[in-house]
Amino acid sequence: MTILNLLFIVFLGILFFVSYFHISNLALDAYGGKSVRRYDFENSIRVIIFIAPAFIVLFVFILYPVFETVRLSFYDKFGREFVGLYNYKWAIDDPEFRRSILNNFVWLLVVPTLSTFFGLVIAKLADNIWWGSIAKSIIFMPMAISFVGAGVIWKFIYEYRGPGDTQIGLLNAIIVSFGYEPQAWVTIPFWNNFFLMAIMIWIQTGLALVIFSAALRSIPKEMLEAARIDGASELKIFFSIIIPYLEQTILVIWTLITIIVLRIFDIIFAMTNGEWQTGVLANLMYDWMFRGGGDSGRGSVLAIVIMIGVIPILAWNLYKHRQEQKI
Amino acid sequence: MKKISLSSIFSQLLLLFFVIVWIIPTFGLFISSLRDKDLLAISGWWTSLTTTEINEIYRMPGMEAQIEEDGYFKIKGTLFEENSGKKIESFGINSKKINEFKVGDIAIFKDESEVILDENGNYEWRSKSEFQKKKGKRLFTTSLSPPSFTFENYREVLFKEGIGRAFINTMAVALPSTLIPLIICSFFAYSLTWMRFYGRDTLLAIIIASLVVPLQMSLIPILTIYNDFGALFGVAAKSYPGVWMAHTGFGLASTTFLLRNFLKSLPNEMMEAAKVDGASHYDIFLRIIIPLSIPAFASIFILQFLWCWNDLLVGLVFLDQVPSEIILTAKLKELLGSRGENWEILTTGAFVSMTVPLFIFFALQRYFIRGLVAGSVKG
Repeated sequence: MTILNLLFIVFLGILFFVSYFHISNLALDAYGGKSVRRYDFENSIRVIIFIAPAFIVLFVFILYPVFETVRLSFYDKFGREFVGLYNYKWAIDDPEFRRSILNNFVWLLVVPTLSTFFGLVIAKLADNIWWGSIAKSIIFMPMAISFVGAGVIWKFIYEYRGPGDTQIGLLNAIIVSFGYEPQAWVTIPFWNNFFLMAIMIWIQTGLALVIFSAALRSIPKEMLEAARIDGASELKIFFSIIIPYLEQTILVIWTLITIIVLRIFDIIFAMTNGEWQTGVLANLMYDWMFRGGGDSGRGSVLAIVIMIGVIPILAWNLYKHRQEQKI
Repeated sequence: MKKISLSSIFSQLLLLFFVIVWIIPTFGLFISSLRDKDLLAISGWWTSLTTTEINEIYRMPGMEAQIEEDGYFKIKGTLFEENSGKKIESFGINSKKINEFKVGDIAIFKDESEVILDENGNYEWRSKSEFQKKKGKRLFTTSLSPPSFTFENYREVLFKEGIGRAFINTMAVALPSTLIPLIICSFFAYSLTWMRFYGRDTLLAIIIASLVVPLQMSLIPILTIYNDFGALFGVAAKSYPGVWMAHTGFGLASTTFLLRNFLKSLPNEMMEAAKVDGASHYDIFLRIIIPLSIPAFASIFILQFLWCWNDLLVGLVFLDQVPSEIILTAKLKELLGSRGENWEILTTGAFVSMTVPLFIFFALQRYFIRGLVAGSVKG
């Protein structure tokens, strides 16, 4: 496809949706006119015009797939024959699956916690310092770039050369300058997970940072002043006033990063492709979507396991939504 | 005057430490993308401002290149490309003693031919008797290379490695994938906020639930739909419109949610007044909602655009991995596999892929942060 063609279909694609709304609404306006009698009818048609595209997309791309994935998880690799719990049994017995679950679990434990922690600490440090906003910008910047781009950046940091050669990876260069042997970091089982997690923490700390910065400003100044007058140290204020005050925010950020980490795929796909025991659920699923011609049953089971991870958060969100509706 | 206390100095130093740790990886990548590829392969980017020692092997041409001059048979040439800036430190004619001679020394081979070399790499190899061999002899050089920065890598990846085309493809994916959800979700959010209809609350609850549904749940069924659709109508299963709609689907809940939160904050009286004046919902939408929502649109546009630009999985599953469709992240991943040792290509490619996000980041940071803080909730 030539670039000109591409430009043309991009234009056409956007135009399609704009004209759908414009033409159908104008047609309805023309029909309705100023007649009061037609107002109710007009309004119900209008609702359909307004919500139809979004609802169709929501149905096709979210609602139907959720049920279809559940159905497929009980069917064979082509989705044709009912196999009961066979795919689930396979998962439980599969060492790769168990490894992925374990890795996912470690990711969920480490990344949200450390990102939230660093985000809070940096937000506090950068608060009320003249160069604080520059510092925040720099730490927030990785949020803008892709996981794959970040993967390249860090692969370069972890680059390994043989013991006699000049190290061009920063981490090995530092290690060698202290007199240690260089290491092929991403290939050391178990610990390599942490080298991959460092990338995610490097990215997500920025997210925590900006939200905490906004939240810190909401803490009443008088409360902090009073504590200072009473002789509390900054450290004491941080732990006894700021952290309890920000409890809700901490929870929100922690949940947010948890959702992102649960379906982490790109970093591992780019850095190790799941080798050296770094695989997680999303990578295993991608693998089974195409391995041996694709196995929709096993792939679906893996998707459902990821989904199970977000169900508590989903329930909590719905609960909060109900509370808000009541008010 | 502010009091400068010990703890304030300490916390500033700690912050400085964080800043340095956070910026170094990106900075190293940027510097590396500007370095000469030969230097990049043999020295760390942090040495890029110092001169680097390089060992190279060069084979001189054979008998065909000889000329007769002053009673000698000579072969002349130069070791380096023009303007390389390299200076020879020492050289050798034997792989076991590569530093045997200094510049200006006469090195004598076993067959009694001699070679002299100046520091710019010009050599003269001469012999009393005619050169007989087709292959020339080898020279081992140790040279110093001054710091040098170049845009050569950028030219290489943009035009030879296909990153330039991938850049355009990514734009063709990300732009409609951002605008389409923005268009359909603004109408959706409007009706969820300002119109009364049966099932509205249920729809809202579905949106809230969809916020956290991982996109992995949708991949297999949608891929199946696309394949069936492609087979039924005899069109390609993987296409740009397919990706747009997939991104629209995955971004729908968060876009609608954020827009609805914004619309809810607008005063009700304004809509009522417009209605009394006989304005239809579409009039209200065009004349009142759109102008008021520009800042909210900007925030959501940035979030969704960056999401689509940086996405790998959707582009991998719903597009063919061919030059006319591959997106930047997928291309980078491909290069990581095939050109894993060519750091000049990887670093430059990565930096090219980061240009648009970094531009948005620096130019529109305010809107970006506002969008994130408003609730970066993405399934």
